[in-house]
Amino acid sequence: MTAYILRRIVSTIAVMVMVGIFVFLLLRLAPGDPAAIIAGKSATAEMIAGIRERLGLNDPMPVQFIRWVGDMLSGDFGTSIFAGRPVLELIAQRLEPTISLSIVTMILSVTVGVSFGILAAWRAGGLVDRILTAFATLGFSVPVFVIGFFLIYLFAISAHWLPVQGYKPIGQGLGPWFVHLILPTLTLSLAYIAFIARIARASMLEVLSEDYMRTAAAKGASSYAMLFHHALKNAGAPILTVIGLSFAGLIGGVVITETVFNIPGVGRLVVDAINNRDYPIIQGVLILVSGLYVLINLAVDLSYTLVDPRIRY
Amino acid sequence: MTLLSAPVETVSTGRLQISDLPRLARRHPLVVIGGSLLALMIVLALAAPLYAGDPLNMDPFKRLQPASAEMWFGSDNLGRDVFARTVFGARISLIVGLTSAAGAALGGLLIGVLAGYSRGFDSIAMRVMDGLMSIPTILLAIALISLTGPGVGILIVAISIVQLPSVTRLVRSVVMSVRERPYVEAALCGGARLPKVLWRHILPSTIPALMVQSAIVCADAILTEAGLSFLGVGVPPDIPSWGNMISSSRLYLAIAPLTIFAPGICLAVMVLAVNLLGDGLRDLFDPRSKRRR
Repeated sequence: MTAYILRRIVSTIAVMVMVGIFVFLLLRLAPGDPAAIIAGKSATAEMIAGIRERLGLNDPMPVQFIRWVGDMLSGDFGTSIFAGRPVLELIAQRLEPTISLSIVTMILSVTVGVSFGILAAWRAGGLVDRILTAFATLGFSVPVFVIGFFLIYLFAISAHWLPVQGYKPIGQGLGPWFVHLILPTLTLSLAYIAFIARIARASMLEVLSEDYMRTAAAKGASSYAMLFHHALKNAGAPILTVIGLSFAGLIGGVVITETVFNIPGVGRLVVDAINNRDYPIIQGVLILVSGLYVLINLAVDLSYTLVDPRIRY
Repeated sequence: MTLLSAPVETVSTGRLQISDLPRLARRHPLVVIGGSLLALMIVLALAAPLYAGDPLNMDPFKRLQPASAEMWFGSDNLGRDVFARTVFGARISLIVGLTSAAGAALGGLLIGVLAGYSRGFDSIAMRVMDGLMSIPTILLAIALISLTGPGVGILIVAISIVQLPSVTRLVRSVVMSVRERPYVEAALCGGARLPKVLWRHILPSTIPALMVQSAIVCADAILTEAGLSFLGVGVPPDIPSWGNMISSSRLYLAIAPLTIFAPGICLAVMVLAVNLLGDGLRDLFDPRSKRRR
């Protein structure tokens, strides 16, 4: 067990080093001089030379890489070219809306998705199952922003039930915060509900065909007990894996949803950074988001033993 | 979003004959529906100049008009014909979707076959793929595009790179299972050279899985292109694309909803067609998966 955990942690670090090399090389591989890119089109030769000196671009690449990683480990992710403030500070300011949106979306998707999946597996081939299968295919195909504008048109512009866009910090009251999150969360959730339901269904179907399920039925267990006590526990591991893996897709959806609903989150920060060619911000967000993704999947892997005691490493 | 990239197992289907086609079509309606829908969209996109107006022509006196006999989907905020723009927009989606899928498939095939056969290359290539997979696709694409600025070429390259890991892993897993099969060993023992064995015996067995995965990648690529264009970092604004149209019309949702929903619905239908084709191909190549789903 300990050996497995150690191995898993080492491989996580290896992946992060890979990500680090990518993100580092990104700017260095760009056509042209990174300092000139950063300085912009109207920069003079002295300005570019100054930036080169300041960023240490005259040192050998490995030296630059190690210094860059060392800076990040001590919490220095560089300074925004456009805003002139530390990248970490800028990201921290934008964190609340993004985290609110992601967590509420995840909670909604997992509860609704797993419930639908169980329901569909319980009566496989039935009406719920058919509707769900159709809904799942549709959920994969309709882009997040189309769903978003459709919901805005329906619930905000036509019915006036919900605000069109914007975000209210949770500090200004739970009510406004929640009301502003309803549409973005629904928008983002549909694809995940479809996805998680599909996996939950497949995973449940597999378990439901096991011998011990027949035994439980023969001994007179209720459908409820069979589904939730016997089957769901055993179907948990694949569902958990998928939830961890879908985090990467969630981030992509968050970036787009933030633009649709004009939410001042990390996604907007990145999109604005591209228009300003603000590379330190792009690099910082890339590293932090990827790190979070890798850590979530590490946690998922390690939690298998809690979900399923039969798994031993 | 690689939501659909579930592992695909395949069994060999044997030789197909023309006379089998009607039977196959009846048994796999998804392939027929998805395929014909996609074919229809390709024809409509190619024939666009024959029946649609000029997608770039601006008419300041006809801004945000409702649908009419002259302009079927109305006009946008610059007085451009939304129908013409929607029809021409299909071209970009198809070009980016198909070429990115082809790029990812070819790259993934090459790296996957080499990784499946050479242990040394495998360990390096798979670490690189692990790293690529750890960066959310949209962010990675954004970062790659930020190097040169928006353009169709960099968009295709970026989406191909983003999709590379899923194809590579799939091809690698097929190659690793096939290379232990007796007929491969027999070919090697019979004196066939490794490149020939790879080409004649190993490559063909990756084709079914590769086709299914290419459809998934293509659907994903179309969605990614639209998403990036919507964010303003995809196709340059002077080219009509569905993502651009939705992005530039977002302020006029209440006045002219068709400017958003016409390209939006077309986008959904195109992605649905490719997804149906992919699902159908999976059932076709792996009959077991139909029962499982």
